[in-house]
Amino acid sequence: MSGDLLGWWGVPLAVLAGAIRVSTPFLFVSLGECITEKSGRINLGLEGTLVMGAMSGYAVSYLSGSPWLGVLAAGCAGAVFGILHALICSLPRVNDIAVGIALMLFGIGLAFFLGKPFIQPQAPNLPSIPFGWWSENAQVRDALRVNALFIIGVILAPFLLWAFRNTRWGLILRTVGDSADAALALGYAINRVRMFATASGGFLAGVGGSFLSLSYPGSWSEGLSSGQGITAVALVIFARWNPMLCFWASLLFGGAAALGPALQSVGITQGYYLFNAAPYMLTLLIMILTCSRDRTLAGAPGELGVTR
Amino acid sequence: MTSAFKLSRRVLLQGSAALGATTLLAGLPFGSAQAKDIAVGFIYVGPRDDFGYNQAHAQGAAALKKLGGFKVLEEENVPETVAVEKTMESMINLDGAALVFPTSFGYYNPHMVKLAKKYDKVRFLHCGGLWSDKDPANAGSYFGYIDEAQYLSGIVAGYTSKTGKLGFIAAKPIPQVLRNINAFTLGARLANPNVTTQVIFTGDWSMPVKEAEATNGLINQGVDVVTCHVDSPKVIAETAEKRGIMVCGYHVDQSKLAPKGYLTGAEWNWEALYPKLAKSAQGGEKIPNLVRGGLKEGVVKTSAYGPLVEEKARKHADDIKAKLTAGSYVIFKGPIKDNKGGTVIAAGTDRGQTDIELEKMNYLVEGVLGAIA
Repeated sequence: MSGDLLGWWGVPLAVLAGAIRVSTPFLFVSLGECITEKSGRINLGLEGTLVMGAMSGYAVSYLSGSPWLGVLAAGCAGAVFGILHALICSLPRVNDIAVGIALMLFGIGLAFFLGKPFIQPQAPNLPSIPFGWWSENAQVRDALRVNALFIIGVILAPFLLWAFRNTRWGLILRTVGDSADAALALGYAINRVRMFATASGGFLAGVGGSFLSLSYPGSWSEGLSSGQGITAVALVIFARWNPMLCFWASLLFGGAAALGPALQSVGITQGYYLFNAAPYMLTLLIMILTCSRDRTLAGAPGELGVTR
Repeated sequence: MTSAFKLSRRVLLQGSAALGATTLLAGLPFGSAQAKDIAVGFIYVGPRDDFGYNQAHAQGAAALKKLGGFKVLEEENVPETVAVEKTMESMINLDGAALVFPTSFGYYNPHMVKLAKKYDKVRFLHCGGLWSDKDPANAGSYFGYIDEAQYLSGIVAGYTSKTGKLGFIAAKPIPQVLRNINAFTLGARLANPNVTTQVIFTGDWSMPVKEAEATNGLINQGVDVVTCHVDSPKVIAETAEKRGIMVCGYHVDQSKLAPKGYLTGAEWNWEALYPKLAKSAQGGEKIPNLVRGGLKEGVVKTSAYGPLVEEKARKHADDIKAKLTAGSYVIFKGPIKDNKGGTVIAAGTDRGQTDIELEKMNYLVEGVLGAIA
């Protein structure tokens, strides 16, 4: 058995494995929020959408027996929340941040209420793809057991980057987000574009939630999210509204979250509170390093509430 | 007029019949039927079906409900803040609760103590706190020596582990948790003196993602039996089962989550204690201010053995269990060394379960890999 063990090498491997496992919800929520914010609106309610997605995904997977149907249901539940946000925000003199907070609380509360009967039963989980088949080592095989949703996320990030830059849809989205006046002058229906952007953002966040309940950790409970949706929203600002940077930032957060348990499992037990705080210290550090005196928040859409 | 007369005569007859029945009943030995239904409030810090701490309490509340004669009130997801005071006040003022069970550690001081002073006719019984003479007389605290059950889990784990490496996923290094880790390890080393227990602290009571990471991390280091002290062991049991290792449960029976790898588990037996405490309140007996108990008093119990537990392990664990139930066995019996080499309990010193020193535990015994800070 000891020949199978990597000892110290287990730490970087565990961080890598953790980065892949833990980052998926961050990735989906941040990509979704990226789309929404590109249209000039902030949806802070994605924490609620994430929890709602986790619950509805698990429930549908349990009732139908098909985890993929669960993912779809989670996405649709998320899209409904997105549309709700967009509808309320399209009324005059409504603050998108306040609506987001209200929807966050509503989403969490509704998910807890509807999710009660689904805490006890066990739903079928999403399959993983064993990329580590070539290795004799059980740890490597386990680390490279990658969930299909993560792969979809990996493809989605560069696709979104390309779509923002090179497609007509991307251009419309950016125009609406950067200057509502210009978009109006060009004849685009601002509210409709934002509705679409918020709904697709919600869809992705819901799918991210279904990853939590259907893949890792892989069951529905009320403490499941513990603030990951909020972290992911902040991550978008941290990633400067760039989908590829969202991807790297999600990996970074996932890896940092795995650092504490990984170090303790090889016997580095001193100061574990500090390791557990690693993601947050990392955020502070990068924020300080990347801030500039000359310009505020490069890449921020002009219509965004925080930059106006 | 006639109809009114008829009605009143009927009422009169019914009334006198009922009166006769009551006097008859009151004359019989089971006269306690006169005690009225009392309202009992339960407050949980998390969801009541979490496969863990809160579910154990909710099962106790359900047992009380089944008993009849009590109106059971429940509220879940109550934070350990001023929110719990509001919950208790509404249970007392709106539902007339005569007995309240705030079941989470952080509810005790200042929240419950404050309300116990304000409502001195209501009984408050808290789980996990340490009642002292300075606290109000209508308050009390109860807890179980669940380390006895953890010790038995340790024995089973020690026999069953093939790698000799056990894992313990804990929330915070507080005395109750350390006592469980130590008892588990002492039990395991009774079965196999070379066993080690690797501890991972997650930092909080309910962190599903971190708990899953910790379980995976331990498995990657060769651990083949895990157990835990977190609020909801659901994720840990499921992750262990998925990766094909063994697991010992905590709080309630988790064998449903890990039908192959579940060995045994340390469970609360609030189903036995709550009806007892509620009946004593109903009968108007004196409030038990400090209730403690283990296997002997029926406050804790163990899960049924899983399919992987061998005969030898069952026999040894059952033997110790019988001694613990009889009250003739001491787990923390000197000499015991901590994992830094110092002696924490000297040779010849027996720290029995009621020893208050054990509730101040601040060390990990020899064989535990990990540090408190």
